[in-house]
Amino acid sequence: MAETQTMREWLLAETPTSRRHAKISALYQGWLSFRSNTMAMIGLGILVLLVFIAAAAPLLSPHDPFVQDLGNRLAPLGTDGHIFGTDSLGRDILSRLIYGARITLYIVALVALIAPIAGLLVGTVSGYVGGWTDTVLMRITDIFLAFPRLVLALAFVAALGAGIENAVLAISLTAWPPYARIARAETLTIRSSDFISAIKLQGAGPLRIITKHIWPLCISSLIVRVTLDMAGIILAAAGLGFLGLGAQPPSPEWGAMISEGRRFILDYWWVATMPGLAIFTVSLAFNLLGDGLRDVLDPKAGE
Amino acid sequence: MMSTLLDVQNLWVRFPTRNGVFDAVRGVSFTLGRERLGIVGESGSGKSMTGRAILRLIRSPGIVEADQISLEGQDLMKLSEKDMRAVRGQRISMVMQDPKFSLNPVMTIGDQIIEAYRLHNSASKADAYNKSLEMLEAVSIRDAERVMRAYPHEMSGGMGQRIMIAMMLIPNPEILIADEPTSALDVSVQRQVLDIMDKLVKERGMGLIFISHDLNLVADFCDRVLIMYSGRIVEVCDADKLHEAKHPYTRGLLNSLPRLDAPRERLEVLERDPQWSEAPSVSGSE
Amino acid sequence: MALTEDNNQRRPTRAPLTDQVWPFLRTTMLTLGSIAVTLLGLLFITFVIGRVMPIDPVLAIVGERASQETYDTVYLQLGLDKPLMVQFFYYLWDVLHLDFGTSLLNARPVSEDIARVFPATLELATIGIIFGVVLGVPLGVLAAVRKGSWIDQIARVVALVGYSMPIFWLGLMGLLVFYGILGWVGGPGRVGIFYVDVVPSVTGLILVDSLLDGNWDVFKDAFSHIILPASLLGYYSLAYVSRMTRSFMLEQLSAEYITTARVKGMSEWDVVWKHAFKNIRVQLITVIALSYANLLEGSVLTEIIFSWPGIGSYITTALLSADMNAVLGGTVVVGLIFILLNILSDLLYKVFDPRAK
Ligand SMILES: Nc1ncnc2c1ncn2[C@@H]1O[C@H](COP(=O)(O)OP(=O)(O)OP(=O)(O)O)[C@@H](O)[C@H]1O
Ligand SMILES: [Mg+2]
Repeated sequence: MAETQTMREWLLAETPTSRRHAKISALYQGWLSFRSNTMAMIGLGILVLLVFIAAAAPLLSPHDPFVQDLGNRLAPLGTDGHIFGTDSLGRDILSRLIYGARITLYIVALVALIAPIAGLLVGTVSGYVGGWTDTVLMRITDIFLAFPRLVLALAFVAALGAGIENAVLAISLTAWPPYARIARAETLTIRSSDFISAIKLQGAGPLRIITKHIWPLCISSLIVRVTLDMAGIILAAAGLGFLGLGAQPPSPEWGAMISEGRRFILDYWWVATMPGLAIFTVSLAFNLLGDGLRDVLDPKAGE
Repeated sequence: MMSTLLDVQNLWVRFPTRNGVFDAVRGVSFTLGRERLGIVGESGSGKSMTGRAILRLIRSPGIVEADQISLEGQDLMKLSEKDMRAVRGQRISMVMQDPKFSLNPVMTIGDQIIEAYRLHNSASKADAYNKSLEMLEAVSIRDAERVMRAYPHEMSGGMGQRIMIAMMLIPNPEILIADEPTSALDVSVQRQVLDIMDKLVKERGMGLIFISHDLNLVADFCDRVLIMYSGRIVEVCDADKLHEAKHPYTRGLLNSLPRLDAPRERLEVLERDPQWSEAPSVSGSE
Repeated sequence: MALTEDNNQRRPTRAPLTDQVWPFLRTTMLTLGSIAVTLLGLLFITFVIGRVMPIDPVLAIVGERASQETYDTVYLQLGLDKPLMVQFFYYLWDVLHLDFGTSLLNARPVSEDIARVFPATLELATIGIIFGVVLGVPLGVLAAVRKGSWIDQIARVVALVGYSMPIFWLGLMGLLVFYGILGWVGGPGRVGIFYVDVVPSVTGLILVDSLLDGNWDVFKDAFSHIILPASLLGYYSLAYVSRMTRSFMLEQLSAEYITTARVKGMSEWDVVWKHAFKNIRVQLITVIALSYANLLEGSVLTEIIFSWPGIGSYITTALLSADMNAVLGGTVVVGLIFILLNILSDLLYKVFDPRAK
């Protein structure tokens, strides 16, 4: 019988044969219910496309995003060779958008790494150690949570100096507290569970317990939260770019491009409009994906 | 005595779920006169769903289907939602199973009872207040004035049940569906509450559908009993003959109860026969 | 015997008093304590930011060409030779006296500047939140009641777009369409150039001031200027408020007491508003307070797009010209309001929910 079993049957088996089988089977069923969510699939599609565009930017972009052509400034949409027109220095807007995808992905990826990891560290230590450490760490978390995020990020960038890396740091600094909260809550439930006591009896130290047993269990709830936060991260990064505090010229960061196009908005509307549409599309994609993920992992919370 | 108040024919309650349609109630038929009709059965057998379906209060995505649910000749299935509202509360009322969740947590008990009264009676606030006080006292709640001002979370489970009963009886319905109305009451209070319902049936000719887990109580208190199993009626009998019931499921339920008059070494564990849920529903019509 | 009697007599007079006062005092102290700690944290962070800023505070005051002597005097005056902790206490002391130092741009006290620009932000955010709540709450309720219907879909799209659209870009597009192309609204700024400083500033809120002065023209002009940025901010709070309202309502509508209300024969309208909605009011207050705080903050980018002379513009301008005192002052004030609104919503929760006592 086992030979005639198809892959699909194996994946949907009601009685898994091993732990790995059970895990993979659960993943597959999650994927099936995710796949039936059209909106989430659209979001995923857009993001896959974005990654592809960013990776293949040199191949896809019709022009060098930095080459100026002052003779052909502010060319309108649909101009020969410049589908999205050109900006105030005659640079091809489409090419700049394509290269800008790299910057956006770079920022999002970095923040999505730094903030949850920082939160995970603070949260698990706070939850596992308890006592005064917990009180102090959570108080600090609360203080950061009580802050207006954009203004805090502004102040940080002001202190550190403008630039992509500092923008990433500033956004991460304002983004970690919710992750710490989640990680702490998870740690508290896991810490008191029987299997941790069993591992302790086997002589595992706190470091081993946290890294080998608690972290892996915290990760799935963190991932959903990160996906839902991605859109916010993109908007924050674009906002900093728009204020001139993120990526510096001539870098084709989308927020900075809007800021540049703002001066001509009434006469040459497309210069600011196109990058805005790009930001909108990508953050919409993240929101759709996040909603879909949440529905799969937590069916009650969504609808 | 047996003028028919309610005639339910072929009632179905269906829930579409991920794995196909789940039938919670499957073709139940019965009639209710001016009597005390008990419905018993294990948890999940569809007792509450039957009660709610009569009032057409199954939440979507659930669906109610029936050949007819006629209230003194008027088919409730054919009524508009607006006409149905005139039936609810005033003509058919229902005491819900769990008072903890069935009372609005941010409204005082008084407001909720007064509201139930004023929905169907154009009475002044003061009259409604007095009437509510009376009603609370009738279900043997002491300190009724304080209770009127209290919020549901300040009440015990037993008080909650009596408040529910008071609230549902205050519009003077022709039929009361009581879903395990006395499960949290101690025996003496239970007796008092049952007496109130009994009086309404005897003196005013109210029809009572009494849903319960407690076979002994039902045998003692009701006139007729429907025994439900997985959405169907498997047996109908007169309450005083319940202990002579023939259906193996009913026998199983009875045998799993301890009895003083027939002590046994071991109580039986109910064994289920798949055939029971396949067999067609027995009619509970008189 | 005598002893026990004595005890019995004393108890009733004493115990209830402490029983009532002690928990109350305790929660009040705890709340005050946590407010204090949070504020202290806020100030500490701004202080640290101020120290690591790559700007020499002394140079900023004395200018590039000052002699070493002047430099040293100011250096000592500012207490920069003291340990960091001591400096922090100086800073605390100043902030407690609402002294944020002087602005480098105009040499005026930062606190005066903030008092001048803040009403503009307040006016904008307040109209924004009114817009968001008045439309967002009914939309959320309707979406929950008619879950899955077209109105629910619309509400979903409205929220999704709100969550995904960069506010500054939407502002630009709004200006382009409604001001540039259609000419329906006033352009950037609070009032047109002819109306600047026409009415005396009493409250600092120009809509109110113009009404107090009875000057219709100014009012109309100010209104045509504020309507676009305010509805823009309002749209963002609408997105948030309607989503939260919807999910709160869905939770309540699936509760058993809703069926009880229906059993009573209540109309669907009353079931929704008199029963379900009553249960989400407290949660809604929290959401609205939070949303208001977010608007005050979110107005930073909007104010820049619309050249709105509020606190957001003030902070960013200061930032770009490295006016450290102004940046920190503005940050502290916004943070303060943010925290206070958070605390306020907590308190309201305790007052309005019968279960919270
Ligand atoms: N929304 C729903 N979707 C699917 N099935 C449901 C839903 N609500 C109830 N059911 C099912 O309907 C069946 C009948 O439920 P019902 O509440 O009538 O049982 P009951 O006899 O009252 O049990 P109990 O004695 O525990 O109150 C149950 O098996 C339940 O699982
Ligand atoms: Mg039930």
